[in-house]
Amino acid sequence: MNSAADRVTAGGVALTGLCVRRGDVEAVRDVTGVFAAGSLTAVIGPNGAGKSSLLEAIAGRLSPSGGTLECTVPASDIAYLAQVSHLDLRVPVTVFDFVAAGAWRRTGIFAGVDARLARQTHAALRATDLLDCAGRLLAQLSSGQLQRARFAQLLVHDPQLILLDEPFTSMDEATTSHLVALVAAWHREQRTIIVVLHDRDLARELCPTTLVLDRKLIAWGPTEQALAAHRWRHVA
Amino acid sequence: MSDWLLPLADFQFLRRALAGSMILAVSMAPLGTMLILRRMSLVGDAMAHAVLPGAVAGFLLAGFSIWAMALGGFIAAITVAMLATLIARRTREYEDSSFAALYLIALAIGVIGVSASGGRVDLAHLLFGSVLAVDGDGLALAAGVATITWLGLAVIHRALVLSTLQPGFFAETRIGTVAHATFAALVVLNLVAAFQILGTLMAVGLLVLPSAAARHWATRLESLIAITTLIGICAAVSGLLLSFHADLPSGPAIVTCAGAIYLVSVIAGTRRHPERST
Repeated sequence: MNSAADRVTAGGVALTGLCVRRGDVEAVRDVTGVFAAGSLTAVIGPNGAGKSSLLEAIAGRLSPSGGTLECTVPASDIAYLAQVSHLDLRVPVTVFDFVAAGAWRRTGIFAGVDARLARQTHAALRATDLLDCAGRLLAQLSSGQLQRARFAQLLVHDPQLILLDEPFTSMDEATTSHLVALVAAWHREQRTIIVVLHDRDLARELCPTTLVLDRKLIAWGPTEQALAAHRWRHVA
Repeated sequence: MSDWLLPLADFQFLRRALAGSMILAVSMAPLGTMLILRRMSLVGDAMAHAVLPGAVAGFLLAGFSIWAMALGGFIAAITVAMLATLIARRTREYEDSSFAALYLIALAIGVIGVSASGGRVDLAHLLFGSVLAVDGDGLALAAGVATITWLGLAVIHRALVLSTLQPGFFAETRIGTVAHATFAALVVLNLVAAFQILGTLMAVGLLVLPSAAARHWATRLESLIAITTLIGICAAVSGLLLSFHADLPSGPAIVTCAGAIYLVSVIAGTRRHPERST
């Protein structure tokens, strides 16, 4: 009963009393629950609420400082999309090479781009409306195009568990709806998706499940109920 | 003009130095390009200074043997690089200050070693290089290092570029770390191969200046490396001739020529606008 790990099936992630420290700060405190296989969950909470730390812990980039994290998906099948600022755009890499690099788990880092990977890369570029930009450098893209290129890299990666950290922040409406459609398509393909959002309306529109986090777990369940519980707490 | 080039035909030592410095320019071009993209120019500088005590120790133990001095320099610089990285990772110190601290210590120990040798080691030659010093072994060392550099870079190229673009790209694997360590080792190898001609103080000049200059003319990686190679070779040839005719130490002469090309590039380069910084 205490362990969430008993309730998780392949493709899901179970947290039992999970704590995550970032430096001297305990960013996530005692979170228990399950991201079911094939679920699409919004993570919502104020700045500094530990949303990114939670994602990084699931991605295996931060170790839990307490509790357990049971991830049934192998590391090679997890995609983690950090915030844009992690890219150093001074490095001259073309959009095509960047997107094709999403396949490194399958191909290794030495293999060249064969016909199959080239086809996959072109398909990903087409799906993100970037075919015209294939030969451009990343630094020459608008921020919306860059975000689409990162999604295209995910398409080439083809992962089972997808972790997105504020993927729509500061994107215009057209880009947002384009990317939201991609996430919805991944959800239809039964992938497990966890997405940090700031926009409650978007969470309602896109995500059946929502986790409200403020270092501690505030609510975790069907989006409407979770958000309602959150609002009630603030009034109280 | 032909009068200026004439000494090349007359003096074998000058031809050797020329071949050596051109080999170094070709070897250092792709390294320097990546060094700048990885924002490690000053780290390269620090590692170059760290070569000195090792080279002096090699000399004191084995006499004037290029292999002993190169091995000593390699060990000293790698030790400094690993200690500096370790200190920065394990304590609250930043990497730039741990590198600065350790290279200063290494430099001081090196100079003390030179003094202790009682004049057997010529400090000026070690610090600033000498065209006279390049013998067949020195040339073999440079050629060997250049070969290892290009082969090594070919192997780690993609991992290096992707982990420079995005430090966490390779997630939980050690691929990024291995690429970084290999890259640092290649940089040290080149600095060691260069110290005869350029001197430990100037060795980093041929690594950093041509690639810094190239950034004012090109954006793409292949063009950057090609232009860097060209600039490096021009600096090496003109610098050696300048060194011969004006009786200057070869290191500063080559670096001055590279510096002149750099300044012209800053002023006249075709890539004027900073790239987006986000």
